[in-house]
Amino acid sequence: MKTFTVLDLLDLDLKEHNALDLKCIGGRPGLTREIRSADLNRPGLALNGFFDAFGNDRIQIFGRGETAFLEQLEEEGKTDAIEELFRWDIPCVLFTHSLEPTPSFYELAEESNCPILQTDLPSSEFSSRLIRALSNVFAPQETIHGVLVEVFGIGVLILGASGVGKSETALELVERGHRLVADDAVEIRCVAGNILLGQGANRALGHHMEIRGLGIINITHLFGVGAIRDTKQIQLVVELEVWDSNKIYDRIGAEERSKEFLGVKVPYLQVPVKPGRNIPIIIETAAMNERLKKMGYYSAREFNQSVLKWLESENARNVYFRQKHDIDFDTSDDAHEA
Amino acid sequence: MTEKEITVRNRAGIHARPAALIVQTAGQFESEIILKKDSEEINAKSIMGIITLGAGYNSKLTVAADGSDESDAVEAIAALFENRFEEE
Repeated sequence: MKTFTVLDLLDLDLKEHNALDLKCIGGRPGLTREIRSADLNRPGLALNGFFDAFGNDRIQIFGRGETAFLEQLEEEGKTDAIEELFRWDIPCVLFTHSLEPTPSFYELAEESNCPILQTDLPSSEFSSRLIRALSNVFAPQETIHGVLVEVFGIGVLILGASGVGKSETALELVERGHRLVADDAVEIRCVAGNILLGQGANRALGHHMEIRGLGIINITHLFGVGAIRDTKQIQLVVELEVWDSNKIYDRIGAEERSKEFLGVKVPYLQVPVKPGRNIPIIIETAAMNERLKKMGYYSAREFNQSVLKWLESENARNVYFRQKHDIDFDTSDDAHEA
Repeated sequence: MTEKEITVRNRAGIHARPAALIVQTAGQFESEIILKKDSEEINAKSIMGIITLGAGYNSKLTVAADGSDESDAVEAIAALFENRFEEE
């Protein structure tokens, strides 16, 4: 895991309801300080001089209350607690509501090279956004070799050995109006303990694909912005493999298989590939089938249920007909055995 | 499993052409070949994967191979890096 510094926090590119609106108003040399914890601390107790169990590895948030207290300390000329605060190894201090630190606080922060950040958001809103952003940053992650596409709203991760046709399949899916999230290198993160989010390993490079015979192509330019997506939850894993006639493939699909990434299980299908098999259609259908399952309808199971019901009714009818026509009533009837 | 530490010695870093050379070379071997940079692991037979590693000048990578011809594969890939992909 790379180190995450205060500067990286300022550089986080978050949009609209996730934006942190941060700016640095002092202590710039300290921007290289590392943030190690996804938590926040309101340093009310610390400002009062109580430093037991002080969460010094956390970002220190100064809201209206803390700032008012700082002003009172300023008036009374007390700076001991503030000096003590900056003797601790803290990543940065942060003022919400566009509040300004008091002059003495500002000086002490500058002296200890502690970055002072400011946002115009209210404390509670800012806290929830920051925790969300940081838990994404600190989420366990790994990079895997595969292609992530969004098909009918379902995030489908296509896996398989190189040369099996992952990118070609994804290209056909994009051509059919689905979206490409990442080709070849998919970075997956486990968020909130049970959600797997996938995105391109290097988003600065945009959405490109390598197709054998064509080379590198730009999906955004060729198919438009409607054909791409930045991040998507992984909801289905499809592994393509060369058809092996000795292997037994699932012919019914009533059994639910799953594959585990970062401790999260995702529905998993193994699809054998051979010339003439239209893989994109199979993936589209798998995605729709996955949606049906989410709605509580399991095609294979329901089908088997109706087969069972039908067999039963057939048996019942046999009993009825035999009772009518057979004079010596046979007790060892099929229906009884079933 | 054979592993070797390598350094990117050509000025331009691993851009499209070096990546293509790596993929071509890796493709000649049976073994599974992986390039590692920091915590990222990338299949050396995937061109987009190698480019997205963003390995610039002087960055350190590890090449690892697993399979029947693993030591030859690692040597072949390492040789590409040592020859600076026939670049500056």
